[in-house]
Amino acid sequence: MAVFVFIEHREGKLMDISFESLSAAQKLNDTVVAVVAGENVSDLAEKVAKYADKVIVAEDPKIDTNNEAYTRVLNELIKKEKPKVVIMGHSSMGMDIAPALSVDLGLPIATDVVKINPEGGKIKVTRSIYNGKVLADYNLKNADTYIITIRAGEFSADDLKEKNGKIEIVDSLLKDEVADKKFVGYVQPVVGAVDITQADILVSVGRGIKDKENIPLAEELAKTMGGVLSCSRPIVDYGWLPKERQVGTSGKTVKPKLYLALGISGAFQHVAGMKGANMIVAVNKDPKAPIFSVAQYGIVDDILKVIPALTQKVKEIKG
Amino acid sequence: MDVIVCVRKVPDTAEADVMVEKSGKDIEKSRLTFTINEWDNYAVEEAIQMKEKYGGTVTVVTVGQKDVEDVLRRSLAMGADKAIRVDMEDPDDAYTLANILCAVIKNQKYDLVLFGAQSGDFNRGVTGAMVARMLGIPHATMVNGIEVLDGSIKASRELEGGLNEIYEIKLPALLTIQTGINEPRYVSISGIRKARQKPLEVLTPSDVGVGSIEPMIVLDKMYMPPPGKLAEFIAGSPEEAAAKLASILKGKGVL
Ligand SMILES: Cc1cc2nc3c(=O)[nH]c(=O)nc-3n(C[C@H](O)[C@H](O)[C@@H](O)COP(=O)(O)OP(=O)(O)OC[C@H]3O[C@@H](n4cnc5c(N)ncnc54)[C@H](O)[C@@H]3O)c2cc1C
Ligand SMILES: Cc1cc2nc3c(=O)[nH]c(=O)nc-3n(C[C@H](O)[C@H](O)[C@H](O)COP(=O)(O)OP(=O)(O)OC[C@H]3O[C@@H](n4cnc5c(N)ncnc54)[C@H](O)[C@@H]3O)c2cc1C
Repeated sequence: MAVFVFIEHREGKLMDISFESLSAAQKLNDTVVAVVAGENVSDLAEKVAKYADKVIVAEDPKIDTNNEAYTRVLNELIKKEKPKVVIMGHSSMGMDIAPALSVDLGLPIATDVVKINPEGGKIKVTRSIYNGKVLADYNLKNADTYIITIRAGEFSADDLKEKNGKIEIVDSLLKDEVADKKFVGYVQPVVGAVDITQADILVSVGRGIKDKENIPLAEELAKTMGGVLSCSRPIVDYGWLPKERQVGTSGKTVKPKLYLALGISGAFQHVAGMKGANMIVAVNKDPKAPIFSVAQYGIVDDILKVIPALTQKVKEIKG
Repeated sequence: MDVIVCVRKVPDTAEADVMVEKSGKDIEKSRLTFTINEWDNYAVEEAIQMKEKYGGTVTVVTVGQKDVEDVLRRSLAMGADKAIRVDMEDPDDAYTLANILCAVIKNQKYDLVLFGAQSGDFNRGVTGAMVARMLGIPHATMVNGIEVLDGSIKASRELEGGLNEIYEIKLPALLTIQTGINEPRYVSISGIRKARQKPLEVLTPSDVGVGSIEPMIVLDKMYMPPPGKLAEFIAGSPEEAAAKLASILKGKGVL
């Protein structure tokens, strides 16, 4: 029995989630088969082979980074090899591909999974729901193959064991080009005036700041501390701060000396972008907010009261 | 453009004290407030903006019992023309839900179907793409920008790290909408009252014509996460806590 791992790569680079997916697959103690599809992917396949028992390379210029093409290639490979599990990231790409594959092949799917527990021939998964406040175990319907997408950051690539598997190249699996969905190109993020990745101190605000009018309060604290203001995604969605200030999977990854999270709940998409900080301090009125499990220090209170008080104290200390 | 939007009512759990029921099959919902799923609110706004720009209609669809109707009324007040509710308990898995939604949508006239990229309670992010497959139309998930062309659209998909990718997709198509794509309009109480005149159709599962569907995924149990490593909490009034924190930061050489 084999576990398929769909290898995600972009602009010639392997994505971190690919290694995390390999790590999740290795834990199932089955043959790990990595699938690398696309154009000019042989270099990538060699890097992946280190951690897989086998790599299937589906090289085809027609794929043209089109998610629909990847779906069709995977579909053919799954039908041919009948893996027990197919693992990919719960990433933008995985979200586009995995549900389609599930319907096309009539296979059960579990998405955004934080733990995979095989029980005999069956699979049980754990998911984190309701803003990370509840865990839930699910049984998947009995099937020959299960499709699972994993949450970033839950299966550490540090645990990867070397396997140095062999590479197998398969002939083109795409019958036709995809007619109804064409990849046009990438749009790079705009480079703004402020680079939050360079700051030693980040004062970061979340939805708890409540109103655009309150942003200057946090801005003043940041300035007083000699730091820079950053934020969670909703603050950018609301147009209160520019995109370049956003921390998280769809924003920036930061590693400051101090990350001060104000009114941020600690969703995994946010945490993925800041957990590398030397020191994390969180202020949140909800003592059960998940942010407190990544922070070293916490204050349970209203940020609108703590921010001015802290600004004052820092001023006093700095003299 | 005729646009269908699938919407869902979710409990607001970001700030709430969430407890699992004794049965282990659900959370205690009695003290929670419910709202339209954040992603769906952006999807409804997007559909209405298209109608305002290109003409056509907006239909909102939900699956759930009578108490979820307020999300439909709210969407009608935002500018949707018609609402459909399939009267049944919210099904236990996304595959079942997708089958029901597909059965409703395929009897409607549409150029575009919009979903939320995910919902805030279960964050599966699967239902939209499943429905697209069942309808046999192309899809793009995590869409944060749409440009309407002749017989097709250009959709910008959000990738990681602020990168976007553009697809050109033939209509009819299904898109799942990411937050931040637009600025959802404000809905007033009087607006909701006025929208009461707009049609809200209630269908039974047998009207829709779906029989029993074997779920792909079945909940075993819900439970509270085991207590892990927690922050060291700094107690006291805001002033006291701020003073203690400032001196800790100074002690660590951060300030
Ligand atoms: C007590 C209970 C517990 C449940 N637990 C889980 C669980 O932990 N995991 C799980 O996957 N499912 C669970 N379900 C089933 C769940 O309610 C839906 O069936 C599930 O598919 C929706 O997942 P999602 O909201 O994350 O959808 P996503 O795949 O994230 O899709 C969300 C989008 O689908 C559309 N949509 C979602 N629900 C509806 C609806 N009712 N009507 C119309 N459109 C809709 C909206 O556009 C929404 O933005 C549970 C149901 C109950 C009653
Ligand atoms: C594909 C995808 C990508 C994403 N990418 C990102 C990303 O890059 N970055 C990101 O941040 N998010 C991202 N998200 C969104 C993420 O899932 C969360 O929705 C978001 O991080 C929540 O932001 P928040 O913590 O500010 O808000 P919430 O989750 O609403 O939390 C607000 C917090 O503030 C607290 N609070 C409220 N009022 C006060 C007060 N007066 N005083 C103190 N505390 C208060 C509450 O208790 C709560 O904990 C992404 C989501 C998806 C689906």
